Amino acid sequence: MTEPSAPGSSPTTDDALPESVAAVIGVPQYEGDAGFDAEMGYVWTSLASVENGNPLFWDADVAEALAGGPIAPPSMLSVWFRPHHWAPGATDNLVPLQVHFDLKEAFGLPEAVMTDNTITFGVPVRPGDRIRSRQVLRSVSPPKTTKLGAGRFWVIDVEYLNQRDELVGVETYTGFGYRRDGSS
Amino acid sequence: MSTTAPAPTLTLDRVHVGDVLPELAVDVTATTVVLGALATRDWRPMHHDYKFATERNGTRDIFLNTPNQAAWFERYLTDWTGPHGRLGTVTFRMKDSVFPGDTMVFRGEVTAVATDALGCGWVGVEVMLTVAGEDGADRIMTTGSARIAVPVDADDNPWARGPDTWKPGDWKA
Repeated sequence: MTEPSAPGSSPTTDDALPESVAAVIGVPQYEGDAGFDAEMGYVWTSLASVENGNPLFWDADVAEALAGGPIAPPSMLSVWFRPHHWAPGATDNLVPLQVHFDLKEAFGLPEAVMTDNTITFGVPVRPGDRIRSRQVLRSVSPPKTTKLGAGRFWVIDVEYLNQRDELVGVETYTGFGYRRDGSS
Repeated sequence: MSTTAPAPTLTLDRVHVGDVLPELAVDVTATTVVLGALATRDWRPMHHDYKFATERNGTRDIFLNTPNQAAWFERYLTDWTGPHGRLGTVTFRMKDSVFPGDTMVFRGEVTAVATDALGCGWVGVEVMLTVAGEDGADRIMTTGSARIAVPVDADDNPWARGPDTWKPGDWKA
C-alpha cells in the first residue's frame, strides 16, 4: 500500500479544496440507519469469520451473567450501518461510508484504500437494537503522491447511536483516494 | 444479571507493563478474506473479486478488509483477557495488505496498566500483525494499539458499567 503521511483529525481549511468539499467539513451527513436491527445470526457469522470462541457471545448464561443478556462484539460496530447491496426499488448498488465515495467523485479519484482506523466503543449493541449513524468529514489533505498513485488523504468519523440515543461508538477512518496513472 | 458470573480469566493485578501476549498464527485463504468481508457486510469487489483486485486495484490478490481486521484484533485480545475483557478503543494502521496464502501472526505487548477515576481497570496493548515475506523475514502489515478494560479484582465486571461509568476515551459526539 502506502507510507501514509495522513493528516491529523483536526478540521482542514485548505483553500485548494472545492467549495462543495470545504462546506461539509465538520458537518454531520447521511444520518440514518441501514434498515435492519442487530441480530445474533450476523454476530455468529462474524465470530465464525475470525474463529472467535468467546463464550460471552456463544453462551447465553455467560452473556446473562456478564452483560445482562446477549450482546454483539464491539468490533462489529460498522456492521450495523452498512446497507444491503441491493434493495427493492434501488437503482444503484448502495454503498456505505458515502462521504468516502463523495470525495472520490469530487476529486475524480477512481481508486481508494483505507489506511487507518480508530474505534472508540460505548454501550454494547444488543439484538433488536436499531443503530443509526452519521458521517462527519474531519479533514482533507493537500495532494499527495504515494507508491499507489497521486491523490489525497481524508479523515471521516462515523458516529453511532442506538434507539435510546446512547452513543454506541465512533469510528475514525483515514482514506487515500488516488489515480494510478499519477495525475491527481 | 441473575446468573452467576464466571470467574475472571485475568485481573488487573496480574498484568504488568512489558508482558507479552501469546502469539496467534492464522493461515489466510480466499475463504478467510471473503467470509470476513461478507461477515462485515463489505460488498466491495476487491475483497471477493480477484480480477477486480488485481486489474483495478493493482494488488496481487483479494485482501482482508478493515473491519474484519478489527474483528481479528478483538479476538486476539479477548483470547488473552477472557470474556470479562471489554474493548475501549482500538487504533490500527494498515501498512500493507494481507492476501490468501499469507500466514498472519498477531503479537501484542502491554504498554500501560491503570485504573481510572471511576475505578475501571485499563490495559494498554501495542499490537502488530505480520506475515512472512519471500525472504522468510516478518513483514509488518498492520500496527496498532488497544485499550481494554479488565476486572480490577475477582468481583469486578467491566461489562456492568453503564454510560456514566464507562469512559474509554473522549467522545466526539
